[in-house]
Amino acid sequence: MAAITYRKALNDALAEELAHDENVVIIGEEVAEYNGAYKVTEGLWKRFGDKRVLDTPISEAAFVGLGVGASMLGIRPVIELMFWSFAFVAYDQIVNNAGCIRYMSGGLVNLPLVIRGPANAGTNVGATHSHMPESILASNPGVKVVCPATAYDAKGLMKTAIRDNDPVFVMENTLLYGETWEVPEEEYLIPLGVADVKREGSDLSLIAHGRAVITSLQAADILAREHNIDAEVVDLRSIRPLDEEAILQSVRKTHRAVLVDENKPFCAVSAQIATTIQGKAFDDLDAPVMRVCSLDTPAIYSPPLEKLQLPTLERVVEKALSIA
Amino acid sequence: MHCDVNTMNTPATIRASQADVNLRLTAEEKIGLLRQMLRIRRFELAALKHYQAGIHMGGFLHLCTGQESVAVATVSLCGENDHIVAGYRTHGQALAVGMTMNECMAELFGKATGCSKGKGGSMHFFAPDKNYWGGHGIVAGQTPLGLGLAFALKYRSAKGCCLCFLGDGAINQGVYHESLNMAALWNLPVVYIIENNHYSMGTSIERSSAFKECLAARAEAYGIDWDRFSGEDIYEVRARTWAAMERARNELRPTVLQIDTYRYYGHSVADANAKKYRSPKEIEEYRRQHDPLMLWQRRLSEEGVVNDEQVEAFDAEAKTEAAEAVRFAETSPLPEPEDIFRDVYYEVDRQTQAGRAGTFFFND
Repeated sequence: MAAITYRKALNDALAEELAHDENVVIIGEEVAEYNGAYKVTEGLWKRFGDKRVLDTPISEAAFVGLGVGASMLGIRPVIELMFWSFAFVAYDQIVNNAGCIRYMSGGLVNLPLVIRGPANAGTNVGATHSHMPESILASNPGVKVVCPATAYDAKGLMKTAIRDNDPVFVMENTLLYGETWEVPEEEYLIPLGVADVKREGSDLSLIAHGRAVITSLQAADILAREHNIDAEVVDLRSIRPLDEEAILQSVRKTHRAVLVDENKPFCAVSAQIATTIQGKAFDDLDAPVMRVCSLDTPAIYSPPLEKLQLPTLERVVEKALSIA
Repeated sequence: MHCDVNTMNTPATIRASQADVNLRLTAEEKIGLLRQMLRIRRFELAALKHYQAGIHMGGFLHLCTGQESVAVATVSLCGENDHIVAGYRTHGQALAVGMTMNECMAELFGKATGCSKGKGGSMHFFAPDKNYWGGHGIVAGQTPLGLGLAFALKYRSAKGCCLCFLGDGAINQGVYHESLNMAALWNLPVVYIIENNHYSMGTSIERSSAFKECLAARAEAYGIDWDRFSGEDIYEVRARTWAAMERARNELRPTVLQIDTYRYYGHSVADANAKKYRSPKEIEEYRRQHDPLMLWQRRLSEEGVVNDEQVEAFDAEAKTEAAEAVRFAETSPLPEPEDIFRDVYYEVDRQTQAGRAGTFFFND
């Protein structure tokens, strides 16, 4: 098994699916000749040509809408948003058209499309480029949202997303693009809606998605090493559909949960998880469900301070200790 | 207010009725166009009556009464590889593509037998089997969908085009301009048809558009051919729309058409000011002098294709069909409460492996 970057894993997934299905096309800003703003699509245009990999003007509403329209006729567009933060200029296309057309047509119209790109803060690009819209978008029934935390998950989830027959939004992370993980050479798919226990533990559950999973794994190490607390780390991987059973199983085992979430706290993904836990595992809890989210303001630019705004290792450890 | 039709950008002054695409029409087909317009009018009048009764229908009802010729004439040009997508004033296109009055009326009544099983309503009719892709409620939201349909046709090397309908109010939305730019840049076979009824809801063109002379002319900024003509004559609409469709099919070039028309009712039936932002005299003048049904009927009588008695019979038939559609809708079952959760996800509906993993709905 070779260690490859999260970026390469995504690139491999895209290349494999382009080769696998002639209906797959890559559409977005700088995805072709420029090789991708973050090089996720590097080499694909050269290999697959103008027909399959297309550069667009800076017109998110138009090219997302184009992707939705093309998917109605069975094309499988994989649309890159250079940042998920740019989703807001295409919100009507994403929420009303990708999200509602199937329903409003009584199931007559299917929309097999993927929208992907990075959705994270922490890179000192200011509030406009630091949105994490997974909670906002996952609150729309009709769409699916996944947030891979590792290269392995990124590849398997991306391939599944492209083969899925509903609109799937893949939210990546620029801070993970250069990180490496072991990824098998042979083909594999990871189903949507299936969480992954990234670390087994018995004392406390750290439940997270995206890069917060990595923070949680580091926090679990500290808790074990310095505090003799055996934390379990549950990686949701998929936000909608959500593996509620995996969450509940972990909580039933550990009786304590800290939700680690890079979203802003108000109506965050973790708010939904907290509701699930209190509603379905209340009697299993030995402590209140706690959350560590991004600090509740727009993303600050100042680099040292932005680090503090995201869920820090220290805050996760502290919150865990408060209920351990 | 009446915008004079500006013909400066048209290639020639060929008499529309002598255009090939019109010479090919048989008498039966010409009558068919009249009957389609009568059906649309009778359908909408029946819908209006029942909307106003306030029992079965909710929400909005945007009537195209007065504009029927645009839908009927343009849709009559479509072949098997031509596709249609439209805005919220869409009953005309829906019936013109061959959707039944029953399924459309039942949709307005929110019934399970509606074209969208009662899930879409007046603004969201769909019939993919007839190349009709909705029915979209947000102004100009359909304009990039038209791009996408055209993209798919080109990608598959299908010789066809997409007719994307929008109102004059939609041309001031950003996504329309983004779409025009991409249509030209990517050489996509899409024809944008601006049905100009002169009012974006209650705001006249004078009050909504900085460049008032011609809405379609904005296409020039994107290097797109455009044309502008009156919607009241079926021959004219067919001849000039056909030219745009052929440009799309053969040259993969988009076109913007501005078809001037008029709606007799308000923006929607709930438009309380329908007679305040325009004078009753203006509405009356259109009804008396520009009504497309009357004009086409007159034309066909002059040609000796129909007589008044036949027209009366066709109208009576359309009226009966609409009344039967109302009866069908009234007696149709409502969707079941569990239907609320169907048609959200493909994979869930089919209970595929992907549709069984994880929680999709968060009700409890």
